[in-house]
Amino acid sequence: MYPNDLKYDREHEWVRVEGGVATIGISHFAQDQLGEVVYVDLPTAGATIGAGETFGEVESVKSVSELFCPVSGEILDVNSALEDAPETVNEDPYGEGWMITIKLSDPSEIDALMSAADYEAYLTEEA
Amino acid sequence: MSEMLRRTPLAGEHIALGARMVDFAGWEMPVQYTGIIDEHTAVRTSAGVFDVCHMAEFRFWGLEAKAALQHIVTNDLDRIDELGAALYTVMCDEDGGIIDDLIVYHTGDLEYLIIANAANREVDWDWITGHLPAGVEASDESDRTALIALQGPKALGVVAELAPAGYRPPDRFHIGEATLDGVPVMLARTGYTGEDGVEVLCHASHAVAIWRLLLSFPEVTPCGLGARDTLRLEMAYPLYGSDMDRGVDPISARLGWVVPKDKTGFIGDAAIARVREEGPASTLVCLSVAEGVPRHGFPVLHEGGEVGKVASGTYSPTLGHGIATAYVPSALAAPQTPLSIGIRRKVVPASVVRPPFVTKTSLSASQD
Repeated sequence: MYPNDLKYDREHEWVRVEGGVATIGISHFAQDQLGEVVYVDLPTAGATIGAGETFGEVESVKSVSELFCPVSGEILDVNSALEDAPETVNEDPYGEGWMITIKLSDPSEIDALMSAADYEAYLTEEA
Repeated sequence: MSEMLRRTPLAGEHIALGARMVDFAGWEMPVQYTGIIDEHTAVRTSAGVFDVCHMAEFRFWGLEAKAALQHIVTNDLDRIDELGAALYTVMCDEDGGIIDDLIVYHTGDLEYLIIANAANREVDWDWITGHLPAGVEASDESDRTALIALQGPKALGVVAELAPAGYRPPDRFHIGEATLDGVPVMLARTGYTGEDGVEVLCHASHAVAIWRLLLSFPEVTPCGLGARDTLRLEMAYPLYGSDMDRGVDPISARLGWVVPKDKTGFIGDAAIARVREEGPASTLVCLSVAEGVPRHGFPVLHEGGEVGKVASGTYSPTLGHGIATAYVPSALAAPQTPLSIGIRRKVVPASVVRPPFVTKTSLSASQD
């Protein structure tokens, strides 16, 4: 449920880094807590964003959750397919349910994020 | 959190089914089992079962019972003189403020059953019994009475399989005795979903047996309060505490149809007649939004200025977009009036529409 090749933050986003570009989405835990996602609001590509800033929000029938960007950089791409198929966030949170990609301005920020094992320990602590 | 949450006789069943439990009006209740949209869809297309044991059941009887209750509720009990008939109504204070909305069932000779909201149990009981003359008997049966709703186009088929051969279910908005697999129950042909179905009243000691019996049918899905809310809001059925409260009269709440114009001699009659005569300052309207999910308390705007707040709001699984109710100045209550709703950082267009939001259900089909 928490792939080993990803990094995680305390707000339940995941990050996949490939060649200086980070892909960001929300974790299995986050999508499960929200329930069926009915609406995803994402930023426009080209904007710059700092670590810890919000980049959008995700809504289910019962609740809404802000999306926090775990890293800094330029937003390269957003997953516009989620506009018409928000449920993809539930069905495939680490694959087709990705939300944005970012060209990292400070790759060292990745080191501050949690490994899958650390994140699972964090979830147990929080529970 | 020092206050202990109350549990219905079915709490153990919900936990065993993996439900997510929440605090609702002081009760630990299931908000969802697998997912709100799946459960919602099950009720619209097949059948769903809901634990509504937390609701209050009061029984009143005696030669003066009808006259006493006529004085307390706004709707006209003459409409349910037939044994087994049921009536949706509100009861109000002297200022016309809504104390609660209720269903009154004419369950027997000189006898009425009232089902009321869980959160208002004590307030309602004190209000009603405080206005009863000597000689009308009253009994709060909430603790020993379980209430399980079975709703959806396949609900009556399930009832037919469990009732004795040849059993004829009550007509819409009627109640009657029955046995389900040998368990004595009352079946009320009422509900809060817009679908055909029944609400099963049984002794609390039989609740688990009835619940398991209904769930033994593959066409029946367990449904939580989340789906109950999306289903009722699609029908624009009001929810006490969100769409109405003590500060609102039935005319403003678009419940004038439960206050017959020719009825007098009930608590709040003069105040309500005045609002009806002068026209309400604000009116509860239905709003359809194309983007985002409106929620309770969000501002409703007209030409940039705030004119009200969202009373109830959710995402409609049937329609695939957001729906809401809100009190707005009566001049802005006409269908098609362009309003907007502030959804956090965004302002999204919202159009006034006629209730209900969803018009085609098993109930509308059976009434055609």
